[in-house]
Amino acid sequence: MTRQKRSHHKLKRAVAPYLYLSPSLLIVGLLMLLPMVTVIAYSFQNSAVLRRDPSFAGLKHYQAIFDDPVFWASLWHTLYFTCMSVVFHMTIGMIFALMLNSDRINPTLRNVLRVLYILPWLFTAVIIAVIWRLLLEPNGVVNSILMQMGIIGSKIEWFSSPETALHAVTFANIWAGYPLFMVSLLAGLQGIPKDFYEAADIDGARAYQKLIFITIPQLMPIIISISLLDFIWTMQVFPLIWITTGGGPIYATEVLSTYTYKLAFSSYNLSQASASAVVILLISLGLTLFYIRYQRAR
Amino acid sequence: MTFRIKPAMLKIAATAWLLGATGAMADTTLEFTQWWEPELPAGSLRAIMDDFEAANPGIKVTLVSGPYATTRDQISVGAATGTLSDVVGLDGAWVNNLNAQNALADMNPMMDASGFDKSQVADIIKVDGKAVMFPVASFVYPVFVNLDLAAQAGVTKLPSTRAEFLEAAKKMTHADKNQYGWVLPLSLQTPSGVQNDMMSWVWASGQSMMANGKPDLEGKPVVDMLTFVKSLNDAGTISPGIATKTEQEKVEEFVNDRVGMMIDSLAHVNLIRKRNPKLNFDLIPVPVVENYTGKRGLPYASWGIGISAASKHQEEAWKLVQYLMSEKVNAKLVSLANAFPGNVNAKPDFVTSDKAFGKAFEIFKTGYLANEFTGLPVAEDLMTQFDVQAQKMLAGEQKPEEAAAAAQKGWMAKF
Repeated sequence: MTRQKRSHHKLKRAVAPYLYLSPSLLIVGLLMLLPMVTVIAYSFQNSAVLRRDPSFAGLKHYQAIFDDPVFWASLWHTLYFTCMSVVFHMTIGMIFALMLNSDRINPTLRNVLRVLYILPWLFTAVIIAVIWRLLLEPNGVVNSILMQMGIIGSKIEWFSSPETALHAVTFANIWAGYPLFMVSLLAGLQGIPKDFYEAADIDGARAYQKLIFITIPQLMPIIISISLLDFIWTMQVFPLIWITTGGGPIYATEVLSTYTYKLAFSSYNLSQASASAVVILLISLGLTLFYIRYQRAR
Repeated sequence: MTFRIKPAMLKIAATAWLLGATGAMADTTLEFTQWWEPELPAGSLRAIMDDFEAANPGIKVTLVSGPYATTRDQISVGAATGTLSDVVGLDGAWVNNLNAQNALADMNPMMDASGFDKSQVADIIKVDGKAVMFPVASFVYPVFVNLDLAAQAGVTKLPSTRAEFLEAAKKMTHADKNQYGWVLPLSLQTPSGVQNDMMSWVWASGQSMMANGKPDLEGKPVVDMLTFVKSLNDAGTISPGIATKTEQEKVEEFVNDRVGMMIDSLAHVNLIRKRNPKLNFDLIPVPVVENYTGKRGLPYASWGIGISAASKHQEEAWKLVQYLMSEKVNAKLVSLANAFPGNVNAKPDFVTSDKAFGKAFEIFKTGYLANEFTGLPVAEDLMTQFDVQAQKMLAGEQKPEEAAAAAQKGWMAKF
């Protein structure tokens, strides 16, 4: 083989992987990177999208949203909504997974419960929002039951009262999201070797000790991975909050996604909306990097 | 085998091609973007366009149709990129923004050049002196009254003033039976309740929320309206869940005999009848302040029309606008839409065949169309800001004067 042929062969080998990757790179570039870069660019422009010749704005739009008290309220609501959702998704998911994995429950009942527990996952966000709006409206079923049981004396406006609205939407989101944890943890539980529990039985361990010293440590990789993913997804929840409360009453359920939406499509301030979207992107990016590092470490 | 083409055949083919080509060149194709077609009976808008094409040889119309929200986004992007259709369906709430982008043509010179009779149109929406929109069809918002609930409550005379309305609402309210006098939807998802259910009280009495082209929310009319709404709320006459209630829920509550009175679009009459054929209701104008005897402002939403500033066929576009605003065509279009006409001489056929529409048409003719949000900058944002302050007031966090002052401050920042 001549030197020329060898170098040609080397070049082909070097280029080949990139050629194989090129369709994916093209799709990722067009559908993800390009919109992302465009939004970042908009956040530094005055009258982005609305004018054909937008001028450079520097950090003005970031300054404007950081000076807006509604933005900070939205950030706080987002954190509350996300943290509560993830914690309760995990707790309820774990309880139901343990129940479905238990030999003490009749297999037929277990199968019925399996179907019932996974139901919320089958509904779209719009359906979930409509269901909870109907249930929690002042004349709805929840108020009626609570009043009959004597728990409340008068009708509560769950979504319309600033005191209860954020808790109510968080509750609806918890109901909608726990099946992800349940299914993942159930798969994890079924993968834990029975030997561990038999050894614990011989040592005289009690049920809660087996849970703390065997089950949870064995499930920890799944718990951390799913929690991080759930955190990222829940932070971006929009339709459930938009349809149930629209970010109100007053600003009681305003989260970063509804705040950004209103800036873009109510105020037509697409530059500030882009700046707000970039802030959400940065928070999500931080969590994603944390997730990737965790996955690599494993 | 060889083909021999006779010179005569070549000549014929060349002539045919030339005729076709020049014919194609002579045809101007107008693009007309709107959200009306999906809301009208299938094929009806196309049929009107076919008639226009027949009356104006050489002009073709391509309809670009979609739902309201999609059309709004499409028009925003078209305005930004200079690709707006020749003729566009408009909502009054959009025109200020579009005008700021220089996206809409001024129709004043077109009206002058064609000798257009301005007195025949119900309204001309102007921004900075430019005539940018005509309301083609108007959907007015009277008060719907459940006559059975009113009779049961002993309301013999339907309210004409705010005081009478408050009294009637109190009488119709029986919270223990889930029955309330009035319904107020102030969801922030669609803050149009501010326009339709709150400011309509101001306009009905011939008053204004503006002064010298600027917001005047701290003026007496708006503060009085807020005080009145607060009094209705304090009396427990408003159906609960105000802060998240949407317009659809408002209609549902009325349909299900849960509220005695609501301000709503006339467009919902057929829907209400369909949902509850037994519902016995009547329409009245929005009640006014005491001793007011002037003309009543009638809140409305409209299908507006305008011409793109970037259109290369403005002359032909103006012909289409004139055609849709003409007496007969306008009557035909609004009859299909169950709306009131943009041409004051047009009379839709449903007003004679339907008692409720007939009554509403009388209200329409004795009053005037009023919607001060039309043409304001970021109208929806202004409604949202007012909505938040009204919610704070109804939650007992502030007085009407404070709500008005806070909303005024927010609005001024947008002007």
